[in-house]
Amino acid sequence: MSSGEPLLELRGVQKTFGAVHVLRGVDLTVRPGRVTALVGDNGAGKSTLIKGIAGIYPFDEGDYRFEGSEVHVKSPRDSNALGIEVVYQDLALCDNLDVVHNMYLGREVTKNGLVDEDAMESRARETLDGLSVRTLKSVRTRVASLSGGQRQTVAIARAVLWNSKVVILDEPTAALGVAQTEQVLKLVRRLADRGLGVVLISHNLNDVFEVADDIAVLYLGQMVAQVDAASTTRDRIVTAITTGELNKGDAA
Amino acid sequence: MSVSTDEIHDVQPDDSASTLWKDYVAKIRGGDVGSLPAILGLVVLVVAFSLLRPETFTKAFNFGNLIQQSAGVTIIAMGLVFVLLLGEIDLAAGYTAGVSAAVTSVLISNHGWPAAAAIVLGLLTGTAIGIFHGLIVSRLGIPSFVVTLSTFLALQGVLLTFIGEKGSVSAGDFIAKLNSDNLPIWLGWVLAVVLVAAYALMTFANNRRRRGNGLTSEPDVLWALKSASLAVLVFLVVLYLSIERSPNANIKSIKGVPISLVIIIGLALVLSLVLGRTRWGSHVYAVGGNAEAARRAGINVKMVQLSCFMMCSTVAAVGGMMLASYSGGVNNVSGGGQTLLYAVGAAVIGGTSLFGGKGRVVDALIGGTVVAVIQNGMGLMNQPDSRKYIVTGLVLLVAASVDAISRRRAASTGRV
Repeated sequence: MSSGEPLLELRGVQKTFGAVHVLRGVDLTVRPGRVTALVGDNGAGKSTLIKGIAGIYPFDEGDYRFEGSEVHVKSPRDSNALGIEVVYQDLALCDNLDVVHNMYLGREVTKNGLVDEDAMESRARETLDGLSVRTLKSVRTRVASLSGGQRQTVAIARAVLWNSKVVILDEPTAALGVAQTEQVLKLVRRLADRGLGVVLISHNLNDVFEVADDIAVLYLGQMVAQVDAASTTRDRIVTAITTGELNKGDAA
Repeated sequence: MSVSTDEIHDVQPDDSASTLWKDYVAKIRGGDVGSLPAILGLVVLVVAFSLLRPETFTKAFNFGNLIQQSAGVTIIAMGLVFVLLLGEIDLAAGYTAGVSAAVTSVLISNHGWPAAAAIVLGLLTGTAIGIFHGLIVSRLGIPSFVVTLSTFLALQGVLLTFIGEKGSVSAGDFIAKLNSDNLPIWLGWVLAVVLVAAYALMTFANNRRRRGNGLTSEPDVLWALKSASLAVLVFLVVLYLSIERSPNANIKSIKGVPISLVIIIGLALVLSLVLGRTRWGSHVYAVGGNAEAARRAGINVKMVQLSCFMMCSTVAAVGGMMLASYSGGVNNVSGGGQTLLYAVGAAVIGGTSLFGGKGRVVDALIGGTVVAVIQNGMGLMNQPDSRKYIVTGLVLLVAASVDAISRRRAASTGRV
């Protein structure tokens, strides 16, 4: 697995909402071709961290480096321009539109002033095939008639369509059954295999250990550690999430 | 990355006729009924009235009359589709039509303006009312129901002010002809041939191109069937309208395709193109389906809302011209009474959802025809207005129920 230069690097980022100090000097490294799981209990600051990366709530302080150079991400448009896409938990799909139109939502391709349905359909199909998605019969199906896993797939494919470099997934398996979870995790793996940097937020440690290369543990707004998944155990991560200390479990 | 061949088993476009039929049936069963109930209803109504009043309902005279009766309401309904798609409503569309037509009529009759300039100003009046609605709904966030209810009242006052003491203003000869005159017979045929040929050629080219690009396309059999059906339908209509239909041909000859039909079809084609094939149209559906998702995707939701209200009121103004033309002028209730209710009913009966995100311009056309056939047929049966209202109301209720039930069905069968 290639690890290469980091795509995205955060150093000592801080975020305060009024009197609440949500992020207290967090470091995070996202490498191409690797799935970085971001874990932590409720209120640890996971959502704030990804919203900062996406530019929805820009960080107050700290370094934000993308492909080695310092960048200023102040709005979602900035992060999209860099090639960072976020798949939110609610997916943000339009039920009444088909798969193609959802993948191109807000960025429809036009030719002579009219929407170029053919080009959009071909590229949507290619993107899905490239991800080995075989659960979608037709890209002209309305999203309303898709299953939870298929909807997640469409949302992820939309993020990939734009030659993105970093894809952030917020709890992609939270609402899915066993078989569908498996499908989505395979898809997450394939994204990384294509050389993208993937950040996976999850409460489910089974999922995390199945798919992640790195695990980053947040505890009360601080990064406990970012470790190689192969070098740690489930118990240690649970301890880190609950106590904020990574190697405490070893003593027992 | 490598993809094993067994993983992609269904990328081959499957476009045999039987598959398309199966897909269509699945779509209907899944709750996506579109305008099918309206078309079936229309067929039932036409057959019923033809049997009950064979000597009057089926007359060519009545057919031409029916088109002219329905023109105003149908066009207003087409405009309403744009706001209904957002899940909004424009209760003032009827009076917007009335006020716009009043502006045009007053300019022509009282100020001697040329008809073209007066019409443009009348349409711009509609646009201005739409911008007003759109700004208040999108910037202040007041529900469109309340905003347009207020303007519904206020515009009645504006209309009275324009019309003044006399109670009515003539719209002049030019406007009067729009919805009462007919095309020369030859021109009707030319337009019919152009329409059918354009449809056949464009869909054929479209199918060829899609097949070339490896996308699914309808089989040639289906294309031929569709094109032939359209040709038969269009030519029958033109043939029927080309018959002398004046009750007293020696005094005044009435034959040929009504100008209002050309205006209705032309407007429907243009609006369908705007809604179905432009980026703006895609954004309208997106906002109607999930406004938050559209916003996050970078679509300017407020701008879409504003432009839909603008479109609705401008099209309503066109409808107003047709209403004024039909009655020869504007009076203090033009665009009032049942106009708006019939227009909303027409859009919904045709298959446009009141919940937003679902509907087409052609729905308004089909629904408008249903409403007109009920009015016309019951009128010929000498039914009092009381019964017409009750029946139209019940039909609207049925249409809204079909909408609600199909939504529930879509929700329950949709997610596996």
